[in-house]
Amino acid sequence: MILVYLEVRNGKVKKSSWEALSEGARRAADLGCEVHAVMVGHHLQDEAPEAFGYGAVAVHVLENSLLKSYSPSGYTKALSSLVEELKPEIVFFSATSMGKDLAPRLAAEANVSLAADCIQTAVVEGKLEVVRPVFAGKALATFGFTAVPQMATLRPNVFPLIETEAKTGDVKSRDVVVAEDQVKDRVSEELRTEGAELDVTEAEIIVSGGRGIKGPENFDLLKELAAVLPHSAVGASRSAVDAEWIDHQYQVGQTGKTVSPNLYMAFGISGAIQHLAGMTSSKFIVAVNKDPEAPIFKIADFGIVGDLFQVIPHLKTELKKILSE
Amino acid sequence: MNIFVFVKRVPDTESKIRIDQDKAAIQEEGLNFVMSPYDEYAVEEALRLKEAHGGQVRVFSIGSDATQVVLKKALAMGADEAVLIKDEAAETYDGLRTARVIAKCLKTKYTEYDLLLFGKQSVGADNSQVPAMVAALLDLPQANVVVKLDVSGNAVTVHREIEGASELVTMGLPAVVSAQKGLNEPRYETLKGIMAAKRKQIPVLTPDELGVEAGDLNPGLILKKLESPPPREAGRIIDDEAESAAKQLAEYLRHEAKVI
Repeated sequence: MILVYLEVRNGKVKKSSWEALSEGARRAADLGCEVHAVMVGHHLQDEAPEAFGYGAVAVHVLENSLLKSYSPSGYTKALSSLVEELKPEIVFFSATSMGKDLAPRLAAEANVSLAADCIQTAVVEGKLEVVRPVFAGKALATFGFTAVPQMATLRPNVFPLIETEAKTGDVKSRDVVVAEDQVKDRVSEELRTEGAELDVTEAEIIVSGGRGIKGPENFDLLKELAAVLPHSAVGASRSAVDAEWIDHQYQVGQTGKTVSPNLYMAFGISGAIQHLAGMTSSKFIVAVNKDPEAPIFKIADFGIVGDLFQVIPHLKTELKKILSE
Repeated sequence: MNIFVFVKRVPDTESKIRIDQDKAAIQEEGLNFVMSPYDEYAVEEALRLKEAHGGQVRVFSIGSDATQVVLKKALAMGADEAVLIKDEAAETYDGLRTARVIAKCLKTKYTEYDLLLFGKQSVGADNSQVPAMVAALLDLPQANVVVKLDVSGNAVTVHREIEGASELVTMGLPAVVSAQKGLNEPRYETLKGIMAAKRKQIPVLTPDELGVEAGDLNPGLILKKLESPPPREAGRIIDDEAESAAKQLAEYLRHEAKVI
């Protein structure tokens, strides 16, 4: 069987968890086995049945009031006993902040290696094979595994959702035994960052600015453009972050975040190799830059040689018009 | 405070990565190797904690003799001691293998510590998993991708960056923390520091001397091939006045790319 971890944030399962479950269902079809989902926390039963629509035949709900908020050590204890019991062939997580934190801890506890941030999975001769970017996407590595469970985290926004007609399945709720001293690193509070509704790693469209933006106040232009586009977020190049025009959480590139949105719009970004590494796997790339020689144009699907300050207002109007049609 | 920092030698982020003909490794020739950028934040944080609370900063790395360079850099920044765990194996991209060696080292040889600091990922393997694995193997609390850290008494309180927010976590010491950009501004080495670092002996240990079993050095991931990503072709570049260009772009996004 294949087990997929479902991440619950603010009472809802994240979309990227459904992507991981969908991929689990596809690999389960290859292997001719079942895919199960698991969620950890407190009072989660209501969220479980949605998983049947993405291929799960059972959802294990691991409950304990000590696990109400996230704790990598506590969640690992709960998950590792389930993994021991179910003995899955494959375990998938989404490579979110929580997945990247929790999956390696669980892997080490289960004494197996972990393939991180994968962008492709396949079953080859009955075994899992994955492709993952290394060097921020400057190279792609294909891995197999020597032991089970074969564990991988899957990059958000890469794997398509499946929707099945299934509306029912097995919800297996249980109270898990976790001692207070096994919950060593519990989150006591979540502090929302101002303005950042959607993280760049989760956005379907990224509106990104670089040195050509000229100053912190001009990021408002990008925010206004992003506000017109659904599921979008503002991003930035390293030079804009290092100039302290915008916080580092927005940085895309090798020392920032590696992203794969449907659309990446680069305004005033010349395209340093570290930046290109972080966004080159975007499905479509648009660049607006004054310099016709800017390296970003070599990888852009659509480029405009021009002044971003003139293009953006017109673009906003045109996009608004098209989106309201 | 007894602070251990774990650093890795990686190609700098300007590097163009070329793959060997047998698709098994990157070509190292011509690359400039540095301390992984996130590890610099970890070293800097350790030095600041020492300045505030007293104690000692010891820096560890795993790799060939060439790895001495990044340990020397940490010493030049102000670390008290550095230790090289000598491992000539090629990059395996397997975090568990690394975590096992570190955990063994901390169980058998360097057993007194309050805080284990890492970079949130090495740029290269991009795994983001060794800190959490070490925490699991040593049964310690963990907080990764940390942008703020305060030690008070026997506890550490951190802000850990997540999507669009940060999580506040307080953990008892000893604990594992990995550093994110934004935690601090790493200092440059001083000439005095560089001279002092040159004189310092770096003890060299092997995994065997630490008691790592040979089987634990076999990677659990089998690297089947390493390739360059498919090249992207340049698309349409237009040089019209702004209004017309914006209109063409909007139409392209809707009707051709179909992304809006």
